[in-house]
Amino acid sequence: MTRYQSTVGSRFPLIDSMEKTSGQGIYIEDMKFPGMLYARLVRSTETYAQVEEVDFSAAQEVEGYVDSLAPGEPGTGNTFGVLPISEDETPLPAPNALYSGAIVAAVACESEVGAREAALRVQMRTKKLPAVLRPKDALKETDQPIHSNTIGGTNLHKAVDQEFGDVDGAFEQADVVTGGEYVFDGINHGFTEPIGCIAVPEPNGRMSLYSATQVPHYLHRALAKVLEMPMHRIRVYKPLVGGGFGGKSDPFPHEMVAALLARKTGRPVKLIFDRDEVFLNNHGRHPTEYKIRVAADREGRLLGLDAHSRIDGGAWGSFGVVTTYYNGVLSQGPYRLPSFRYSGRRVYTNKPASGAMRGHGAVNARYALETALDEMAEKLQVDPFDLRAQNALPANTTTLNHLRITSTGFLECLERVRERSGWNEKFRKMPYGRGIGLGCGFYISGSALPIHRTRTPQSTVHIKIDVDGGVTIHSLAADIGQGSDTMLAQCVAEAMGVRIDRCRVLAKDTDTAPIDLGSYSSRVTFMAGNAALRAGEAIFRKLQRACARLTGKSAEGFVKGADETYLHLDDPGVVVPYMDALREALADNGALIAKGAYIAPKLGGAFKGSGAGLSPSYSYQAFVAEVEVDPETGFTRVDKIWAAHDCGKALNRLAVEGQLEGSVHMGMGQALTEQMVYLNNGQLRNASFLDYKIPSPVDTPEIEAIVVESNDPEGPLGAKECGEGALAPIIPAIGNAIYDAVGVRLHEVPMTPERVLKALEQKRKAEEKARAHS
Amino acid sequence: MSFSRRILRLHVNGQPREVLARDADTLLDVLREEVELTGTKRGCDLGTCGCCTVQIDGEPVLSCLTLAAEVEGKQITTVEGLRDGERFAPLQEAWAEAGASQCGFCTPGFLLAADRLLRDNASPSRDEIREALAGNLCRCTGYVKIIDAVERCAAEHRTFCAERGRPSTVSEQV
Ligand code: FES
Ligand code: FES
Repeated sequence: MTRYQSTVGSRFPLIDSMEKTSGQGIYIEDMKFPGMLYARLVRSTETYAQVEEVDFSAAQEVEGYVDSLAPGEPGTGNTFGVLPISEDETPLPAPNALYSGAIVAAVACESEVGAREAALRVQMRTKKLPAVLRPKDALKETDQPIHSNTIGGTNLHKAVDQEFGDVDGAFEQADVVTGGEYVFDGINHGFTEPIGCIAVPEPNGRMSLYSATQVPHYLHRALAKVLEMPMHRIRVYKPLVGGGFGGKSDPFPHEMVAALLARKTGRPVKLIFDRDEVFLNNHGRHPTEYKIRVAADREGRLLGLDAHSRIDGGAWGSFGVVTTYYNGVLSQGPYRLPSFRYSGRRVYTNKPASGAMRGHGAVNARYALETALDEMAEKLQVDPFDLRAQNALPANTTTLNHLRITSTGFLECLERVRERSGWNEKFRKMPYGRGIGLGCGFYISGSALPIHRTRTPQSTVHIKIDVDGGVTIHSLAADIGQGSDTMLAQCVAEAMGVRIDRCRVLAKDTDTAPIDLGSYSSRVTFMAGNAALRAGEAIFRKLQRACARLTGKSAEGFVKGADETYLHLDDPGVVVPYMDALREALADNGALIAKGAYIAPKLGGAFKGSGAGLSPSYSYQAFVAEVEVDPETGFTRVDKIWAAHDCGKALNRLAVEGQLEGSVHMGMGQALTEQMVYLNNGQLRNASFLDYKIPSPVDTPEIEAIVVESNDPEGPLGAKECGEGALAPIIPAIGNAIYDAVGVRLHEVPMTPERVLKALEQKRKAEEKARAHS
Repeated sequence: MSFSRRILRLHVNGQPREVLARDADTLLDVLREEVELTGTKRGCDLGTCGCCTVQIDGEPVLSCLTLAAEVEGKQITTVEGLRDGERFAPLQEAWAEAGASQCGFCTPGFLLAADRLLRDNASPSRDEIREALAGNLCRCTGYVKIIDAVERCAAEHRTFCAERGRPSTVSEQV
């Protein structure tokens, strides 16, 4: 008898790929509603100022002007934020505009051109306030902190101090200590689709918000709070989303502004950002100052890690409390550490907010750690691969901070990338100017602890099947291009034994979908995937019972056969086609429905902050980069990247490779060219793709994605994350390759030509000095 | 201030289209708002991302930097014009099969740039593909699968275009 041919591990296109290649896919800017108005935002030109008055009189002269929204109007001062512990954003200033580029007011007009013109004509009277721009200044006491929830009369937003084991003892005993201080510029997500939304006031008094969002559910909650409406009176709808990477995961002020304007005018309001506004909205990777020390004995056993980070949160809290923890706790893998100390400080400053971005919280810390390990290997005169392999966290263990480690493919990642990259023939063996470097990583597969302390499952999936035989899957996991709709379809098809093209995924509408916490923290495949499998299995059990009624055989004996049939184990001659089983299941009963849910297991210790970094499973990476550094210009060219990543199980190899390649490309941008640059007055200087340099097709080398499968015991069909962890390791891999090439360590990221030249110059001077002394 | 408009006569994907537009309207705005072909995407409106790439008389241009009034009478091709009725262009199918779209927002621009390359070169090297696509940004894919897609359908796509009266620009010049 022929069993069901599993699709797991095969390469298949995303189920919505023809929507995208045909040009028919609908993104937010492609949507229109009858009677729709166009809104434009008026932004602050002051770095920090109290808004005293906004004057729309000249704007009102513009043809087609309809209405405006100003600070002080109902709802505009209601607070919200993605984390319930720091809800410090407001739709409009209340009454302070916190940074240059912050939203101050809005206008709504009959046309887009009109709205632009009207916005330009809005006048405002403001009172300047003393701005705080540098993190070290933000730690000083002040009479006027940027927010009321700060610590100790300063602009300190969050302080984390953790210590496990005998750190001081470890450093006393150590034979070798390495480490240093590193500075990282802020990074923007750089998704190609600008942020935008359309708010539609429904005739029955409800409010619909169509938005390019990664997390419809948090947006739903925030809207309810700001609009002071019950959640059931609000609908959030997510069209196709043109990339997110964390930058569409907060509820945002402009979404609130559009909804408030729609309520005020009684008409649909469309609000789409220009590209510079996307940069000004930011919520990207925190500018970071990081100090690290790593201790080891002369056999190369790691004894302790001592790290301190100071991160610049900009104007709002966003995900920053989590970031502050992640900068430390996610350095607890993939290595065994007998002692660990971390202190993190996040401050508010008068700049665009920082928040979550792909690899959230783990990226900058990872550069510091992997650089320190490269130095360690050199001092110990061991190969960087061997040092890491020797200290690898084993499977089925617990870290000092109570992270539960189940599956790990870390050693296999090391082995395969070492071999594929030809490491042994190249490391420290290439001519001056050419180098190869290793960077490793470790990342969560979803946060085990939900942001809101409720008993609601983190993911629920519904299935509905009617006489047409099509399988409708409802979820609120947000496909933002990573392919989560395809993943859901695959899990359900797999559980039911049907073809994927029977499945249609409606994961976009809070009116129809059960709650899912959305696309962030690399949680979707693990959590929504498990929920989808469970829902699919529930349907399968109904079909088994229908098969039993049709054949008189035992229900449990039916298994999935080839070509959408069910076979009986005891009697290979008994074959029931899916459609027959379905018709029987529907008879006297109506549409088949089922639900599956996922709640992460209870994990963690009993100390403060123990929830941070807990995940039902972790991914592992080992990456190698080969570079060429021109010592004359300081320019680094990446020739090739090999990226081995343990994703548990590749449900869809094409999609997994795509996630790895995309992460590597994004990390390479941070490594070499991307940076948010601010003027001394706090203005963002490079709010365009011309000046914020994302690697183009000609700047990007071949990337060899190496998929490692450790078959996670709790992941759906063995899978875990592959969309975020793969970003961090490439940055130290490139840094370590630059060291191999020209012998300098970069302490500022991105490693721009100027910075490489500066480091070469410092090295030359130091060598001269040393010669003079000898 | 008023926003007066006049009639423009455009040729989009082989069809004559009369639209109302202001002299200052970009081709991108007119295609999206007046012709109501929203496949062409706006990533920056400043000529920096390539998402808005269309073809004018077979050559890729950034529609956000092109005034609609300037292309009256010329042949405009958008992503919607790559297919032939029911049949998708080989390039579009290859794009899906190779996994070259993730979020898909950059896809239409890349397709129009790649189509131009393939009409001239039925077996481009990976570096030639990179060169031809140098003006287009993708934040999702790292370009690997985009280059795979162009590589794998090259000859087939060229034939598809030639058979449908969209020959290579080189042979047109001859
Ligand atoms: S929208 Fe035209 S280049 Fe970006
Ligand atoms: S697929 Fe998302 S930007 Fe290219």
